[in-house]
Amino acid sequence: MVGSDKFPVSSPRWLLAELTYTCPLQCPYCSNPLDFARHKNELDTQDWLRVFSQAREMGAVQLGLSGGEPLVRQDLPILVKHARQLGYYVNLITSGYKLDEDKIAELKDAGLDHIQVSIQAPERTLNNYLAGTDSFENKKEVARLVKKHGYPMVLCVVIHRQNIHLMREILDMAVELEADYLELANTQYYGWAHLNRDQLLPTREQFQEAEAIAQGYKEKLKGKMKIYYVVPDYYEDRPKACMNGWGTTFLTIAPDGLALPCHEARSLPGLNCPNVRDMSIRDIWLHSDAFNKFRGFDWMKEPCRSCPEKTRDFGGCRCQAYLFTGDMTAADPVCGKSPHRYTVTEAIANARSSFQSGEGKPLVFRNVKNSKSLSSRMGKA
Amino acid sequence: MALDTKSLFSFSPLHRLQWEEAQQRFVILYPEGMVELNLSAAEILKLCDGTRDLEQIVSELETKFETTGLRDDISELLQSALDNGWIRQIPRQ
Ligand code: SF4
Ligand code: SF4
Repeated sequence: MVGSDKFPVSSPRWLLAELTYTCPLQCPYCSNPLDFARHKNELDTQDWLRVFSQAREMGAVQLGLSGGEPLVRQDLPILVKHARQLGYYVNLITSGYKLDEDKIAELKDAGLDHIQVSIQAPERTLNNYLAGTDSFENKKEVARLVKKHGYPMVLCVVIHRQNIHLMREILDMAVELEADYLELANTQYYGWAHLNRDQLLPTREQFQEAEAIAQGYKEKLKGKMKIYYVVPDYYEDRPKACMNGWGTTFLTIAPDGLALPCHEARSLPGLNCPNVRDMSIRDIWLHSDAFNKFRGFDWMKEPCRSCPEKTRDFGGCRCQAYLFTGDMTAADPVCGKSPHRYTVTEAIANARSSFQSGEGKPLVFRNVKNSKSLSSRMGKA
Repeated sequence: MALDTKSLFSFSPLHRLQWEEAQQRFVILYPEGMVELNLSAAEILKLCDGTRDLEQIVSELETKFETTGLRDDISELLQSALDNGWIRQIPRQ
């Protein structure tokens, strides 16, 4: 099963460690699972140290520490230190909330390579509304301190209909804060973002306008700031090459130790993702059913199976296929060749009418209360 | 930025050059990204430690590999490393 001649198994390059689902913020586009409040049994320090060592042995070299908010883990400096000694490039992906100068210096000493700070919007009221927390000034201060302590400074802004009209202001803010990298991440509609899609998905015109502005700055800032623009796949005709192919590059470990081929894979029923409490990273990567399930091309159906483009996009995202069609082996419905493309077109139309009428459900914020009530609605599945 | 052949070249503090055992090659690491280097690119970039200019890098590598005529290839690589922000040039005092 593993590593047929046609599709040899590569080794993982990226390890995403979701250290906790706890977060002081409440972003309505959060990619954490809706029922995160159910998964409480967090890995302890020793578990993480072991996971880092085992994944490094397999060849992982980029390590993302995320969550939730990774800063709530008291053992963060210990984890960073161990990871750096193993030779990882250590990325901290944080909301920056309550990150102070002492901590920034302590983490630098421990060997942290880079801090990515996310800001919700380029002005206080909207930022605080979207974050569900009064955090705007604090975040900007953190961005300055990150820079001051010699880290490459990466600013991340998730883009959606509530802030897309501020694209110019977002870019100006990044310039003012002297970001080395700016990640303009169009929302990917999973988890909470999927729940709030009618309120978050911009119209095609809004996307085009925002993209043109970002492109203009990209030219202008060449050599000073790198701008990554994550395209919104709903408006594309072909899917993204999700995870660079299932089980080829990325390994995510959820707070409770579940090992996931993609950070949304928890939502796929019957996938039976293994847990690092029961299995080594080596066995998980090479031998678990979950990691082998969508490797290569044998699992595909039409139209992907006979499609010449399958080596480029691997049929797109399994989680998106499942969300739209109920079938995780279907083509990603974003694809123009998918018989389910109409479901994406419908989603776009629904969001547009909610935008034009100014009506629709209010945003559901990501917090424990909402997670608990959504979990009980989802049943004990 | 144009290559200044008289400058000293140093590796960018915002990037890390590292040998990867699993890949049997040198890589450049930076925020959420990685570039895999071939052997000659790695040999050149390893010498960008703030003490050498173009001539010195060329002559060291020509000696090491017992060959000549590397200048064009090396300056081409340095130019693209500069454009990518992997290295910096420090004017000589
Ligand atoms: S997206 Fe927002 S709510 Fe979700 S983990 Fe990140 S900061 Fe917290
Ligand atoms: S049919 Fe499948 S493989 Fe072909 S382009 Fe669409 S998603 Fe990709």
